[in-house]
Amino acid sequence: MNRIDHLFQNKKSRILSVFFTAGFPGLNDTVPIIELLEKNGVDLIEIGIPFSDPTADGPDIQHSNDEALKNGMSLELLFSQLEGIREKVSLPLILMGYFNPVMQFGVERFCRKCRETGIDGVILPDLPPWEYDRQYKAYFEGNGLHNILLITPQTSDERIREADRQTGGFLYMVSSSSTTGAGKEVSDFQTEYFERVRRLNPDHPRLIGFGISNRATFENACQYASGAIIGSAFIRALQEPGTPEEKVGRFVRQILPSV
Amino acid sequence: MKYTIDQFGYYGEFGGAWIPEMMYANISELLTRYLEIMESPGFSQEFDSLLKDYVGRPSPLYYASRLSERYGSHLYLKREDLNHTGSHKLNNTIGQILLAQRLGKTRIIAETGAGQHGLATATVCALKGLQCVVYMGATDIARQEPNVRKMRMLGAEVVPVNSGNKTLKDATNEAMRDWINHPEDTHYIIGSVVGPHPYPDMVARFQSVISAEIRKQLLEKTGSELPTRLIACVGGGSNAAGTFYHFLEEEQVELIGVEAAGRGVDSGETAATLAVGSPGVLHAARTMLMQNSDGQITEPYSISAGLDYPGIGPLHAHLFKTGRAKYLNATDRETLEAAHLLTRLEGIIPALESAHALAALDKIPMKPDEVNVVCLSGRGDKDMAAYLEYFGY
Repeated sequence: MNRIDHLFQNKKSRILSVFFTAGFPGLNDTVPIIELLEKNGVDLIEIGIPFSDPTADGPDIQHSNDEALKNGMSLELLFSQLEGIREKVSLPLILMGYFNPVMQFGVERFCRKCRETGIDGVILPDLPPWEYDRQYKAYFEGNGLHNILLITPQTSDERIREADRQTGGFLYMVSSSSTTGAGKEVSDFQTEYFERVRRLNPDHPRLIGFGISNRATFENACQYASGAIIGSAFIRALQEPGTPEEKVGRFVRQILPSV
Repeated sequence: MKYTIDQFGYYGEFGGAWIPEMMYANISELLTRYLEIMESPGFSQEFDSLLKDYVGRPSPLYYASRLSERYGSHLYLKREDLNHTGSHKLNNTIGQILLAQRLGKTRIIAETGAGQHGLATATVCALKGLQCVVYMGATDIARQEPNVRKMRMLGAEVVPVNSGNKTLKDATNEAMRDWINHPEDTHYIIGSVVGPHPYPDMVARFQSVISAEIRKQLLEKTGSELPTRLIACVGGGSNAAGTFYHFLEEEQVELIGVEAAGRGVDSGETAATLAVGSPGVLHAARTMLMQNSDGQITEPYSISAGLDYPGIGPLHAHLFKTGRAKYLNATDRETLEAAHLLTRLEGIIPALESAHALAALDKIPMKPDEVNVVCLSGRGDKDMAAYLEYFGY
């Protein structure tokens, strides 16, 4: 069974997913960070594939993308860093990024590499569902790879139902209309959106992302979904002083009560 | 119909709407309504009347006799430089501001390179009393200062962008981020035939007035609507799209786009996308891009801020791929010399962008009885600093 499905089957609430950019802050930090996140009780990891033009991201993740590319990170190198990762960690792993690096790598080859490496799902926000269906679905399905779809406060009920039919693993609920790390206050409008999605009662579990940065926002998101995704706040935490062990431990303890 | 979009917004293999869900509401609203709005009687009436009385259209088709003599062939200049705000950009912003009003939008955003599109956007926002935010790379703000001041005087907020090379690509990234953050009240006026479907088609339609006029004017001046060839500079490619539009199906008319070679296509400092690029996805379209093998976009370079872009509109990628149009390029130096030549032979100081099209005249074999039309897309006021530095006046 896909590790993402396994996770949601066994854990129904308070799932913590953490995003970070591969090759940041140091080129070879990718694997140690994955191991530390698992050790500290994180449930799911989204590994960012750096891109030169991350148009859906705010300043923190833009910065981590720039730095990772300067460090020499590439999709080719990421796969070689991740070789043997399944001997080290067992939590589900997702690759997240923009479509162009995947396209240049070759979509079919990318999906095969994901399976060989032990990647469970992919989030490519600028690969819209109609292009996925038209050209790439077979590659993903043939390699047991979930293509995880996003919904936003502007997504209509009808499209949410459609996304629920098409997504793999879970629905990624973008909390507010924003780029990543915007940190907009939770508004009535947002609560209304969270309630609306809950009433639609999708088949897939939901994780809420964008603007989740601390225990309060995490707890709030958990009232409406199986858990939440934190990205920009973790990228900021990785730039604080300390060893990787200290930084990851300190960050996770800020979100979760001691595990 | 070979050169128009299909039901998915593709010209052949290029185009589409590679948008994240965060942009879906805005794009789908535009997609379902742009043709209906553009074809409504009230719209075309207002659009045509503003083009005539506000922009100053039709723009003249000028027979450049000394330039013709120099090249030994008939050369006409389509004088988009004589439009209000000094370039073809206003054709598109007039169209899009009328569209934005009908969509009930109150806030306008735009990206700009040379500042011509930003200026044209700030102008129509003043005309219609709408809030205007223009994203512009910090490098371009420095090299196109007169336009920045004009935009501010017109009431626009000019936001400097400090990512990447701080040029047009980076300004476009930032405008897209703004749109994601303002999904309800904002319309994004993209300045070229780039971006997600329906922008390439919509902008080409607004700019198509250029070729509609050329046909009429040529008929009057030469007795035929069809020239031998059309020549236009290409960054994203909006003036070229407008110049080619009504000739696309006339296969005997030769179409030539001219890209910015910068310091040379093999120098690593270039913006000639078709000369060095490959297919990819950027700014929500599948098109030709300057990129490395990992899919990271290469920073472009050109002396001309308006052509300093690592992609190209999907229509041009398709015309290139099918061979319907030919794409040449001109270096910074060739461009500066061509600008000087036009200035001295015809008394017209062209924009650096447009001077690329003129520089290509040296590379095109022309016969005495042929009719060539060059789109003079903009005037050179904004580029005086670059000209003065190079020529030392």
